Amino acid sequence: MSKHLRPRYPFTTIFLFFSAALMIFPFVWMLLSAFKTPADVYNYPPKWIPSSFKFTNFAEVFKKIPFVRFYANSICLSVVETVLQIWISAMGAFAFAKLDFPLKKKLFAFMQSSLFVPEIVTVIPLFLLAAVAGLVDTYAGLIVAELNCAFTTLLLFSFFQTIPNELVDAAKVDGCGYFRVFLKIVLPNSKTAIGTASLFAFLTHWRSYMWPLIITNNVKMRTLPIGLKYLVTETNSEYQVLMAASLMAIVPVLVVYMFMEKEFVQSITLTGLKT
Amino acid sequence: MKHNQATKVYDLKKEQRRAAAVMVTPLLITLVLLFLLPVVLVLIMSFTNWSMTTTSRAYVGFRNFLFVLNDGRFWKAFGNTLFYTGIKLVVDTGLALFIAILLDRKIRFRRFFRIAHFAPVVVPITASSLIWLWFYDPGIGPLNQLLNLLGLPSLQWLYSEKTALLSVILFSVWKGLGYNVILFLAGLQSIPESYLEAARIDGANERQVFRKVKLPLLAPVTSFIVMMGIINCFKVFTEVDVMTPNHGPLESTLLLVTYIYDQSFTRGKMGRGAAAAIVLFLVIFAFTMLQRILGRKEVSFE
Repeated sequence: MSKHLRPRYPFTTIFLFFSAALMIFPFVWMLLSAFKTPADVYNYPPKWIPSSFKFTNFAEVFKKIPFVRFYANSICLSVVETVLQIWISAMGAFAFAKLDFPLKKKLFAFMQSSLFVPEIVTVIPLFLLAAVAGLVDTYAGLIVAELNCAFTTLLLFSFFQTIPNELVDAAKVDGCGYFRVFLKIVLPNSKTAIGTASLFAFLTHWRSYMWPLIITNNVKMRTLPIGLKYLVTETNSEYQVLMAASLMAIVPVLVVYMFMEKEFVQSITLTGLKT
Repeated sequence: MKHNQATKVYDLKKEQRRAAAVMVTPLLITLVLLFLLPVVLVLIMSFTNWSMTTTSRAYVGFRNFLFVLNDGRFWKAFGNTLFYTGIKLVVDTGLALFIAILLDRKIRFRRFFRIAHFAPVVVPITASSLIWLWFYDPGIGPLNQLLNLLGLPSLQWLYSEKTALLSVILFSVWKGLGYNVILFLAGLQSIPESYLEAARIDGANERQVFRKVKLPLLAPVTSFIVMMGIINCFKVFTEVDVMTPNHGPLESTLLLVTYIYDQSFTRGKMGRGAAAAIVLFLVIFAFTMLQRILGRKEVSFE
């Protein structure tokens, strides 16, 4: 009986080990190759272990491109965009979930319809608008166009709906205004939902590619993804240098992910299946 | 007393409206600025000869749409996108379902397997595609060395029009597989144990439980994943742009979004780009509607 309850699947385990190894292999290759010398790279048969563990390739990255600047740009922009987006979304979601106001249904449908339009459609006029407003190559220009709040608003809305109205009413009886109810009752009671939405928003901004590509000409304004794109031509495909840059971009994300695996998965299942 | 209550209700309504006005306004501003205004503008632009290099903004009727629909490059991009979508969907969905089924079993190292399969999803595409650029190098790439080791001839990967798009797809499957694994796994794990127990009590063996109970209940998740997969494939941009910045050999990796980007921003023909973007929107919209209609038959476990 106990064998039936906890069956062992040797082939399943072997297969999964094999496929997990394939998934991780590129990262292992990157990790080792970031230390290789040009001679190691051109060696035949391929050299797996670098001949020395020196940080020359990393130094090369910093010499070729303002890597720290790209990193700082990406982190600052992602954080600011996430905070703004979640703040705007949470307020809107609260109003839609708990308040009564004219045109509510129409506005909600209007918001939902924005999800149908792919980025490439809006990006053409947005570039013109940004150019007219003098926002090309500015942080404001990079930020404003990324504040797509519809999806996070929907996500928070569906969560705020589950907060009992009695909780809101009780606070109202105690003399709270609606804004205070939002701040003191709703937000503290939705930490998971806010967390999930924030993680989703942060990852979207961290990976954002098309808009930063369009709106930046100045090298100093580039974000990490854009900086890495141009690094290929700027290094003439010196792979060991590319690997050092790639490693510095990937490892922090992987470390955070390993500690917050549950949250990452949750943000996928919540955002992925509810649209 | 009665009068008092009435004014109170009225006051509450007024207060709600006032609070809502304050709290919804920022959201509305972003929607108008980033959605309504751009959509109106893109429609207008598609009927003009709007260009980045000149100042002419003349009305040209349907000329842009006619240009796009008669442009061989557009149809090439369309064909490439369909090819990309077809291959990616079959391989990605099939593999993801298979791996999710395996991960659903009570096995050891499950957490490690899950983390490993999902890791490529979380890292930035531009960073991980640098690794694959090396993998695909015809001269010193490990993939060709592996092929030679197995006694197979070298491939040109991204540098041949026959294999360039397939190479991008392979990268794309590696990068995106974990996402669908997680969704399938969530679908499998949301099936209540009681359903499976009931089938077992009725004498079904594990294989039958899987085929007659689990798979049918997984149908809505699968249809959702397939539909979202199609829509997302039509929007692919980042990986093709990083791996083949010049649309690959003989433009073999030119996709719809890269075509639109090329028209609007590289060539500066924003009117044509806008028209092509609207065509793409209509295609995606049709698929979205199809998904909504099919999605109505949602299975509920409550």
